[in-house]
Amino acid sequence: MSQPNRIAGGQIDDKHALSFRWNGRNLTGYAGDTLASALLANGIRLVGRSFKYHRPRGIFSSGSEEPNALVQLREGAAQEPNTRATMVELFDGLVATSQNHRGALEWDLLAINDLISPLLSAGFYYKTFMWPKAFWEKLYEPVIRSAAGLGRLSELADPDIYDHGFLHCDLLVIGAGPAGLTAARAAARAGCRVILADEDFRMGGRLNAETHAVADMPGAEWASATCAELASMPNVRMMPRTTIYGAFDHGIYGGIERKTDHLVDSAGKPRQVLWRIMSKRALLCAGATERSIAFANNDRPGVMLAGGVRSYVNRYGVAPGQQVAVFTNNSDGLRTAADLEAKGIAVSAVIDARKGDAVIDTSGRKGLRSLRLNDGRKISADCLAVSGGWSPNVNLTCHHRGRPVWNDGIMGFVPAGDLPPGLSVAGAANGTMTLASVIAEAHDAAKMIACDLGHARGAGKAPTSSDETYEASAIWHVGGSQARAWVDLQNDVTTKDIKQSMEEGFQAVEHVKRYTTLGMATDQGKTSNTLGIAIMAAASGNAIPDTGTTVYRPPYTPVSIGAFAGRSRGKDFRPFRLTPSHEWALANGADFVETGMWLRAQWFKRPGEAGWRDSVDREVAMTRASVGICDVTTLGKIDIQGRDAAEFLNRVYSNPFLKLPVGKVRYGLMLREDGIVYDDGTCARLAETHYVMTTTTANAGTVFRKLEFARQCLWPDLDVHLISTTDGWAQFAVAGPNSRALLSKVVDSMDLSNEAFPFMACSECRVFGGTPARLFRISFSGELAYEIAVPARYGHAMMGALMQVGEEFNAVPYGTEALGVMRIEKGHAAGNELNGQTTAHMLGLGGMVSRKKDSIGSKLSERPEMIRDDGLRLVGFRPVDRTQMLSAGAHFLEKGAPADMAHDQGWMTSVAYSPELGHSIGIGYLKRGGERFGETVRAYSPVRNQDIMVEICSPHHIDPEGERQRG
Amino acid sequence: MIIEHPLLGPRDAAEFVYLGDAAMIDRPDGMTVDDTGMHDYMYLRDNPAGDIRELWYHEQGDRSWLVVTRNTITHEITKVELARDVARRSGRSR
Amino acid sequence: MRYSAFKILKEALTGNRGWKPVWRHPEPNPEYDIIIVGGGGHGLATAYYLAKRFGLTNVAVLEKGWLGSGNIGRNTTIIRSNYLLEGNQPFYELSLKLWEGLEQDFNYNAMVSQRGIMNLIHSDAQRDAFVRRGNAMRLSGADAVILDRDGIREKCPFLDFDNARFPIQGAIWQPRGGTVRHDAVAWGYARGADERGVDIIQNCEVTGFQIENGVCHGVETSKGPIRAKKIAVCVAGSSSRVMEKAGMRLPIESHVLQAFVSEGLKPVIPGVITFGAGHFYVSQSNKGGLVFGGDIDGYNSYAQRGNLPVVEDVCEGGMAIMPMIGRARLLRMWGGIMDMSMDGSPFIDKTGIDGLYFNGGWCYGGFKATPASGFCYAHLLATGAPHPVAQHYRLDRFLRGAAIDEKGSGAQPNLH
Repeated sequence: MSQPNRIAGGQIDDKHALSFRWNGRNLTGYAGDTLASALLANGIRLVGRSFKYHRPRGIFSSGSEEPNALVQLREGAAQEPNTRATMVELFDGLVATSQNHRGALEWDLLAINDLISPLLSAGFYYKTFMWPKAFWEKLYEPVIRSAAGLGRLSELADPDIYDHGFLHCDLLVIGAGPAGLTAARAAARAGCRVILADEDFRMGGRLNAETHAVADMPGAEWASATCAELASMPNVRMMPRTTIYGAFDHGIYGGIERKTDHLVDSAGKPRQVLWRIMSKRALLCAGATERSIAFANNDRPGVMLAGGVRSYVNRYGVAPGQQVAVFTNNSDGLRTAADLEAKGIAVSAVIDARKGDAVIDTSGRKGLRSLRLNDGRKISADCLAVSGGWSPNVNLTCHHRGRPVWNDGIMGFVPAGDLPPGLSVAGAANGTMTLASVIAEAHDAAKMIACDLGHARGAGKAPTSSDETYEASAIWHVGGSQARAWVDLQNDVTTKDIKQSMEEGFQAVEHVKRYTTLGMATDQGKTSNTLGIAIMAAASGNAIPDTGTTVYRPPYTPVSIGAFAGRSRGKDFRPFRLTPSHEWALANGADFVETGMWLRAQWFKRPGEAGWRDSVDREVAMTRASVGICDVTTLGKIDIQGRDAAEFLNRVYSNPFLKLPVGKVRYGLMLREDGIVYDDGTCARLAETHYVMTTTTANAGTVFRKLEFARQCLWPDLDVHLISTTDGWAQFAVAGPNSRALLSKVVDSMDLSNEAFPFMACSECRVFGGTPARLFRISFSGELAYEIAVPARYGHAMMGALMQVGEEFNAVPYGTEALGVMRIEKGHAAGNELNGQTTAHMLGLGGMVSRKKDSIGSKLSERPEMIRDDGLRLVGFRPVDRTQMLSAGAHFLEKGAPADMAHDQGWMTSVAYSPELGHSIGIGYLKRGGERFGETVRAYSPVRNQDIMVEICSPHHIDPEGERQRG
Repeated sequence: MIIEHPLLGPRDAAEFVYLGDAAMIDRPDGMTVDDTGMHDYMYLRDNPAGDIRELWYHEQGDRSWLVVTRNTITHEITKVELARDVARRSGRSR
Repeated sequence: MRYSAFKILKEALTGNRGWKPVWRHPEPNPEYDIIIVGGGGHGLATAYYLAKRFGLTNVAVLEKGWLGSGNIGRNTTIIRSNYLLEGNQPFYELSLKLWEGLEQDFNYNAMVSQRGIMNLIHSDAQRDAFVRRGNAMRLSGADAVILDRDGIREKCPFLDFDNARFPIQGAIWQPRGGTVRHDAVAWGYARGADERGVDIIQNCEVTGFQIENGVCHGVETSKGPIRAKKIAVCVAGSSSRVMEKAGMRLPIESHVLQAFVSEGLKPVIPGVITFGAGHFYVSQSNKGGLVFGGDIDGYNSYAQRGNLPVVEDVCEGGMAIMPMIGRARLLRMWGGIMDMSMDGSPFIDKTGIDGLYFNGGWCYGGFKATPASGFCYAHLLATGAPHPVAQHYRLDRFLRGAAIDEKGSGAQPNLH
């Protein structure tokens, strides 16, 4: 269990050993390790394969920019693909495997792609696989797809939970390196409410990885002390393990906090929390990302970023190799040799490109063995620390589509002026590359923000620190070899690909990206984009600033989809709305159906009933024979009051409403302003200035919204007031010939005779000795029927009481299916007919649109194509062979006409089996339907394998004169 | 996005429902307008790249319709008014 | 240069040094027969079909940025012809047929991949509507199949069949639907048009129209004035901004639609899947990324970026139907600007200004329409008459009351 590459020092706890499994091997690391540092400590260099050529890949960096070391973490349903080993905090019992290889990692069969790589040059797939045509789906694509992708989904439901949270602050500091810590401290001392977020589990940023001194202490110690001070302040929230992934509008930042990813098991706690942070100001202190240099075979395991090498040596106590060479084009890279030597690690060469030295090739099949230099020397090395300079992490500054500008001084893109409002930048993210100036800049920025926000307490002084100059040079690509030099390690984009792309005419930076896939890997080009742009500039002869950049898009680093979804999954995807009689229905055999958010009783199953049709047929038959009760609370109810209520209704309904007497209900037809039928329902006048409107269940919210629009925006001085009472009143349909007899025993002292309370009457009343109620004599079933409403808190009791009183009449509860059957028998339009494409003419209700007044939609409903005489009309249908069942969605064709769109005559909207008629019935729209009763047409439903003859009839299949409901 | 509700202060845009250009307030009278006038009101839009005055409805709040002046390129909001006030100012009444 | 496996082999053996530019970078002539404003997918397709089908090659495509930088470079790559209405279905079916022969036609592999599209059904009313739609598709010669739960499970065992808030009851499946490598469509059309003599002029922004006495004679551009007999605008996303320069107001609003891609994953999702009780659709690319999206943000915008409520809504939809994706990571989100029309359907028409033509209003469905849009626009430009399958896409249809409203949402663009 020895760790061959472990060295002394660092910020790991070597008293606290952790065991983990890698590709089936048991290994040991320490608390404070990442999976990457623990693998390196154990001498493991080969950790994965590249995307296209399946080249051996090793750990390249020590941070979130890692393009190579992607692993599958955990097992079973918790298996997590593409996890960057550099970001995985080691825990006891960790299990990880390598990914993207066929066969063992060491002997990946798909490494053959590397041998045939000349065939696989940039964009090769656009130029072949076209013949024969049928081979694409059958052969070429399956082969391509079998090799596609990196990690593997478990294909099982994610077992973890995710939370969403909201935070508010004066200042959000993004990144807790020297700049972030300095800024957070200054702003917090000044009195700001500060949130300090960092993606690492240990705050301090590069201070943990370097040997700088701050305030006369080692940088890492100063970072710890500053964190401790900040943590003790009540106005500071410290958020380690939290990535600020995006800058959105109006000071809103997205953050993802990894709560249990460093634990072996989330133990029922949220795995991650997705934060929406509302900030007055934000300060980006995200540092910079190192990049490589393009030289032949610069992709071998062992070739690492120099800053990463220093992280492993200084922070993790790990020697990334036994013989390390350093290749740099800037002053920063040289620190590496000093740090290595200080730890007693052999440095085999320091190659400074600024002096004309360069690595021109490497060797070592599964790990670096040696380097060849441009002066002909061959140098042994199992690790090469490369520094091609640093690129400021400007990503968040560009999330509002700003573009960074090129800075020749640091050879990198720095934020321009077009930042998201409220965001400023300090430190290396701003192109400030030396420690003392980073700290000074961050301190000043925080002080200024605190001052802007009116926090005038003393911010204190910026700490002193060690400092040195930073010089970078424009050395990007080392020639001198025919072999490939990598730019994008994960996607296998080489300098040759970029050059070929440009030769083929793909010269815009976006074209190069899309043609070669440069920068489109899981690191989104963090280590490759700037290098790629420099190679493009060199190939075209343009300057880098004229070459431009691609667009930086959120998220900064990838975020779990589960975190974005949060708790809204499974049954909790959307809330349930339950009717007042839900518990009663549950106890009485109901099966439920989703109606929007509502759960409604679909039917009430009784013992002995074999299928749903048995239940529904019984409910319909018994309702029509005696009495049935249905919870119709879900229909929208809008209380409308005011001196101008009648005038208001007259403008929002297309039929007249000015003369509706008190105590009466009227059917109302509502159009959209474009003249299409929007909704229908009833409106009852309870008092001179008091109406109750009902809407369909589906449109309850949107009709209310539309009425508010009319009230506030169109006619702001009408005296009319609205409130939605859908949830306030429980409402039940009591339908059937015995409904009056039943209700007589329910309603307190009220004459329900046909004379005293006729069809379309309404009244406030009391039931069961004093409970307030509203009674409406309206009928959706076509029977003698009422709807009775009581305050919702009585709804459950009311359902039980109605059924109890109804026992002597054999009353049945009925569900939405029976409701649907009865309304189809009556030819009443519902959702299937009112689908937003329906005119009043199609419903045969053209006459209801009053021409004598201006109401919403009346003007545009008169347009010529909407009132054509040869247009669609709602009619009824029955099968010529009465034993056949109709099918909704069937299209109508003339007998003998070809089955094509030109001969399409309409379609069946709704069908049902009518127990009273003993056969299937339907309603639907048919061209000139109103003139064609008695004709037969084909009801053609090829997707149902159905093609039957149907007879056209009135949509009112039962009681066409409406005698029952008036009786 | 955050909308500064004139009565309720800053509210998340997710509490609101969007309708569109505040020109929807200027509905012509259906009895007097010609076919083109109603068509233009209903169907044609300025659709500016820059400041737009638009209608938002505080459905998860106080049910106010608001007129928000917002830049369609930057999403910056510079003014929020009660739609009823705007309607009255533009001469709408009963 | 003709592309083939043989050509690739030859180049591989000679160091990939013989590849030629796929298009020229010409400067504009002072005059053309036809100018197409907008070098996105539809504009390039129009140029290609003008050249190939009608032999019209004295044509320039003017593109403000880089060719293919419109929504052709920023979409979720889905093709399908599962439309309902007579005004739409034959058009999209023509488009699908053109997709099916496209690669051989323009000798470029755009990876037209017909792995099927499945729209999930969660209620009886939805089933009735989809049966109606499926039958309409069959009537217009397209393919459509209604699947039951077992049929779905066979293709997509990873869907949530047991614990869904809105249970999966069935699906409508179009086997010929699928995905296409979107950028390659622009490149293939551009290459084909260029090869036949069309000038594709990048970084050339149209700043105005030369209109005299109701006739358009040319355009002002950032590279100077260019005259033409016909000027064909094709700039979805910027339609209102461009047509305003000709004094026109359009029945269009610009809205932002976000889309998302995950990190690369071994392929598990066979075709396109859409959720019927929320806003979510997904496919998996040939690189392995889950490509997904949902509803538009809902407010007018030209910002090409969106906000978090919709990101969350889309991911909720994804987790609702396939809870296996919780541990997959969202890699990149982006926003495109959609021409949202008043009925959700597009326009391909002459304008009231002689010589000026308009193509736009594609909402978020323009990608799949690319071949037919180019084909029908070319037909209109070359013959002066609308192509039969595009005859309903007229600018005056709202005056006549002939909206083509698939969703039935009415004259409110953000609902389509």
